[in-house]
Amino acid sequence: MNKIITVFVCIFWMTLPIQAQIDPSLLKDPTAHSKKDLLNMDAIYDRPFVTNKKAPVSLGGYVEANWQHIGTDGISDGHQLQFRRMTLFVASSISKRIKFLSEIEFEPADKEIAIEFAAVDMEFNELFNLRGGMIINPIGAFNQNHDGPKWEFTDRPLSSVAMLPATWSNAGFGIYGKKYNKNWMLGYEIYASSGFDNSIIENSENKTFLPAAKKNTERFEELPSGTPLYTTKVAVRHNKIGEIGLSYMGGIYNKWQDDGLVIDEKRSIHVFALDFNTTLPKTNTFITTECAWVNVDVPKTYSEQFGNKQFGGFLDIVQPVVKRTIAGWKDAVINIAVRFEYVDWNKGQFIDTGSNIGDHLWSIMPAVSFRPNSQSVLRLNYRIQKQTDVLGNPPSNTAGFNFGLSTYF
Amino acid sequence: MNQRNTFISGMVAITFLIISCSKFEPEAPDDDSILDGPVNGLTYEQNRQFLAGDIAFNNEIFTPATGLGPIFVATSCGSCHAGDGKGTPFTTLVRFGQTDSTGNQFLHLGGPQLQNRAIPGFQTEVIPNGATSSKFTPPANTGLGFLELVSDEDILSMSDPEDSNGDGISGVPSFGYLPEFITPNSNAVVKNGKYIHRFGKKAAAYNLLHQTVNAYNQDMGITSTFTPHDVYSGHTIDPEVSDKTVRDVVFYLQTLKAPIQRDSGNPINVQGKNLFSQINCSGCHTPQLKTGFSPVSALSNKTIYPYTDMLLHDMGNDLDDGYTEGFAKTSEWRTPPLWGLGLSPNSQGGQYFLMHDGRAKSIEEAIMMHGGEAKLSKDKFNLLNESEKSAIIHFLKSL
Repeated sequence: MNKIITVFVCIFWMTLPIQAQIDPSLLKDPTAHSKKDLLNMDAIYDRPFVTNKKAPVSLGGYVEANWQHIGTDGISDGHQLQFRRMTLFVASSISKRIKFLSEIEFEPADKEIAIEFAAVDMEFNELFNLRGGMIINPIGAFNQNHDGPKWEFTDRPLSSVAMLPATWSNAGFGIYGKKYNKNWMLGYEIYASSGFDNSIIENSENKTFLPAAKKNTERFEELPSGTPLYTTKVAVRHNKIGEIGLSYMGGIYNKWQDDGLVIDEKRSIHVFALDFNTTLPKTNTFITTECAWVNVDVPKTYSEQFGNKQFGGFLDIVQPVVKRTIAGWKDAVINIAVRFEYVDWNKGQFIDTGSNIGDHLWSIMPAVSFRPNSQSVLRLNYRIQKQTDVLGNPPSNTAGFNFGLSTYF
Repeated sequence: MNQRNTFISGMVAITFLIISCSKFEPEAPDDDSILDGPVNGLTYEQNRQFLAGDIAFNNEIFTPATGLGPIFVATSCGSCHAGDGKGTPFTTLVRFGQTDSTGNQFLHLGGPQLQNRAIPGFQTEVIPNGATSSKFTPPANTGLGFLELVSDEDILSMSDPEDSNGDGISGVPSFGYLPEFITPNSNAVVKNGKYIHRFGKKAAAYNLLHQTVNAYNQDMGITSTFTPHDVYSGHTIDPEVSDKTVRDVVFYLQTLKAPIQRDSGNPINVQGKNLFSQINCSGCHTPQLKTGFSPVSALSNKTIYPYTDMLLHDMGNDLDDGYTEGFAKTSEWRTPPLWGLGLSPNSQGGQYFLMHDGRAKSIEEAIMMHGGEAKLSKDKFNLLNESEKSAIIHFLKSL
C-alpha cells in the first residue's frame, strides 16, 4: 500500500501546474493520433489521456473488476469477487520529437506492482524511430493491445496469457516506423531485448510455459543466455479491408554458460504469430483473431511432459445490436459477441506409443456487453471450456459466468 | 425504455444470474465413474489433511529449483497417476539389477531404478551391461488405505505355499526387512526378522509410507529425512520435501476412496462374477477382504472388495523378466487389485495398458497372458463360450 501511495504522490507532484519555465509547445497531448493512422502496434498510444494544459505530463489508466461463478466437473469455489488490476499510464513530451510513456500495473491478488512499459521514443523519420527502455515485445496483437476496456470479455485470451506471455515486456531497444499511401498503411517494429530463461521448461505448470519467464525480474538487468531476444513485426492495413500482422520472436533462452564455463547446450525458442482484424462495413461486425506457433528446443533427455511445439489462438466476433441513448447515456452501445479459443501446449506424439499427446483446451465464450461510452464497458460472459490432460484422458468440463466492469479513467 | 424500466430489468437480470448461475455449470460425475475423492466419513481435520495431501500429490510440480532430479522419472506424483488411476507407457518406469534374493548387484551403477530423464545439462542413466530389467506401469492409488489395513493374519490365511488344496495356486506372502524409518504394525507377523510387505509389483514395500518416500526419491529425485541420498550423486543432501508433506501425501493415499462397482445388479455382471469364481480367478483375485482397526474410523473394520490376496504368485515364463525385488522370484508377481479396472482407460488415455508393464491392450489380452499358477484358470476361461467370456469381461469392466 505504501508503494501505491508513493506512486500517486509522485504522479500528483509531477502534474502540479508550477512549470512556468516550460516550453508551452510541449503542453499538449503527446500521444495524439488520428484513429485512421493507427495499427495494432500503436495500441500503447491509442489510449485516452488526461492532459493538464500547463503540464508536460499526460495521465491515464484503466481499471478492471469482476464477479465470477465458475465450476469444473461439479466443483465450484462459488461466488468470486475480483479486483483484477488497475493500470496507470504516464506520458510525457520531453521535446517535440522525444516522448516518454509508461504503464504501471497494480494487481492486488498477486501483490504486484509492475512496470509493464516505460520507454523513450525518439523520432527521426516516419520510417525510422528509435525506442528504448522497457518495451513490450510485439508478438501477435494482444500483447500490445491488452487494455481491458477494449475487449468484450472479462478474461484475456487463453492463448495470450497461458501460451504466449501477455504483457510480456523486457529491457530493450528497437526501431519502428510507418508508411502511408492513401488507404494503405505499412508499419514495422524490430527490437533486441532481454528475454526468456530456463523457467519456460522448468516450472510448476508441468508444461512448456512461456509466461513463467515473467516472474524473472532479473531479466531487466541480465540476459540469462547472454544473447538478445529478437522480436519483429510487420503489419499492413487497408482502411476498407482490415489489418494483418506477422510477427516473430526468437533467440537463445537458456543459461548455457556461467562464469565462463559451459553448462549446457544453447537452446532456442521461436515464436511466430499471425493476427488480423477488420470491421465488416455493412453490419459493422468487428472481427479480430490471432494465432501463434511456438517452437522450443527442449532437451531430448527431458520429459515429454514439456512440449517442443505449441499452437494456440482465438477469434472474437463482436456485433453491435443497439446504438442509441440508453438510461441517459447518449450513443450507448449493446454488443453481442463470442470468443472461440484453442490452445495446444504439446503438439506431437508420445515416443513410446505413437499416440497423440494431449494437453490442449478449447473454449467458447458468448458475451453481451454494454458500452455507455467508448471508454467503458460492462460485460457478461459465459464460458464453456474443455481441457484435456497430457495423456489425452477424458476432458475436464468447465463452465460459468463472468460479469465485469472495465473503464479507462 | 425509460430509466425506471432499465433499472428494473437490470435488477431482475442480476438477481436471476446470482440465483441460477450454478445451474449452468457442469455437474459432478457420478461417484462410481471416477477414482479420486476421499472416503466418506472423514472428520473436518481429516478432510484438511486429505486436501493438503491432494495438493502435494497432484499439484506440486518439482523443478530443478525445488529439487527435481537431477535425474528423474516424473516431475510430480500426479504425473504418473492421473486422476489417481493407472499409468501409461509414458509414465512407466524401469527397474534393473536384481535376479534373486541376494539383493540388487547394480546399486553402485544406479540401481534399482532407471532414471530415464534428466534436467537440462545432465545425462540420463542407462541400464548397465549385464543387468536384467523390468518395466513397471504405475498402479491406481485408490483404496490403498484399506489394503494397508488388511491384517497379516488374513494375508497368511490366504497363502498356500505347498498348494495343499491342490488348485494349482501356491501364493506366498512377501517377507522382507524393514527400513529404519518404518515402525511395524502392532499386530505384525515377524519371521526371522522379516515382515510381510504388500505394496508394489513385487510386494517389496511394507506400507504406504515406505512406498511414498521411495517414489519421492526414485521417481522424482527428491530427498527426505527418510531417504536422504541423492539419486544422482549418491550423497546425502538436505531434505527437499518436508516430513509433514510426506505424511500428508501418505494420509491422502490412505483415505482415497475405494473404487465403486457400477451396475453390480446387472444380470450379465452377476453371471460374470459367478463365472469368475467358477474358473477360480478368485483363487488369487480374492473378492472380499476386511480391514482391521484404524484411528481413521472411515477405514476401520470395513469389508472391502479389492479382488487381490496381496500374495506373490509364479506367473510363468512369459511374465518372467529376469528381474525381481525383495525376496520374490523373478517369475513371481503380487496379485494386483482388480477394483477400478473398468475405469483404467480414464487415466490411460482412453485405452488399456494392463499387466505389470502395460503390455496387454485389453482385458482379454491380459487374461491370455496369465501363466504359471494362473494357467489353469486361463485354460478354463478358454473353454467358456463367447457369451460366458463376454460376461466375465463385462463384470471386470464394471469393477
